[in-house]
Amino acid sequence: MEEIIFFIFLLSLGYFVGSWVEKKHYKEIKQRERKTIHVPVVSFGAKQKIPSANESALFAGSVVMSADYFKMFASSLRNLIGGRVVVYESILDRGRREAVLRMKEQAIAWGATQVVNVRLETASIGNQASGGKGMFAVEVIAYGTGIR
Amino acid sequence: MASSSSRINKSLKSEMIITTLEGVPGKEIIEHYGLVQGSTIRAKHVGKDIMAGLKNLVGGELKGYTELLQEARKEAVDRMIQQADFVGANAVVNVRFATSSVAQGAAELFAYGTAVKVQ
Repeated sequence: MEEIIFFIFLLSLGYFVGSWVEKKHYKEIKQRERKTIHVPVVSFGAKQKIPSANESALFAGSVVMSADYFKMFASSLRNLIGGRVVVYESILDRGRREAVLRMKEQAIAWGATQVVNVRLETASIGNQASGGKGMFAVEVIAYGTGIR
Repeated sequence: MASSSSRINKSLKSEMIITTLEGVPGKEIIEHYGLVQGSTIRAKHVGKDIMAGLKNLVGGELKGYTELLQEARKEAVDRMIQQADFVGANAVVNVRFATSSVAQGAAELFAYGTAVKVQ
């Protein structure tokens, strides 16, 4: 009985606090995206002519995002029947946008007019990927060349 | 640790030009030296692991891990720069990063690029 109460407590903690954190994070991301919209971020590079600029530098932004208890439980249920795991989609979306924003903010602080040849990389660092029942954590890194 | 990371920053920003492009904007490549790489494997710290485990209940960013990986990535870049320096290059172009988790609780951070000399 106690175990069930504890489980329900963790589940509701994950659900309520987790969705509050997510909402707050999305609000912050949208605000920062609006603020940095004047600097274009592009992903082409190899087949294009090298842009003319005086200086260039590497910028990287990274973030480690984790799922809450509710999302982990929901995804384990989803695993039984398969299909879209909607609860994890938002985590990766938040991570990518946050990483790009961090890269962009560093580039803007340096005085970049454009960030070119941006690459995004995702790595799962939680132990759920290797078959364990532990945590779900992904690292997202965005890197590109700032030019001015 | 702080002094070493600031040194990396300095070498990253002033001496060696690092870019993800195929060349350096505004400059011409006069010599190629081939592939240079740097990598480091970092393990998580128990204290940080416990904190991350707690943070995992409510989700969101795991700041401890973000910092750890950023520090490790700087080291990988620094090692790549050292290699480029050794062959006599003054720029590294077409740089790519990769992360892989090689063992339980350890991650490898890897950076590679092509060392070149520019005018």
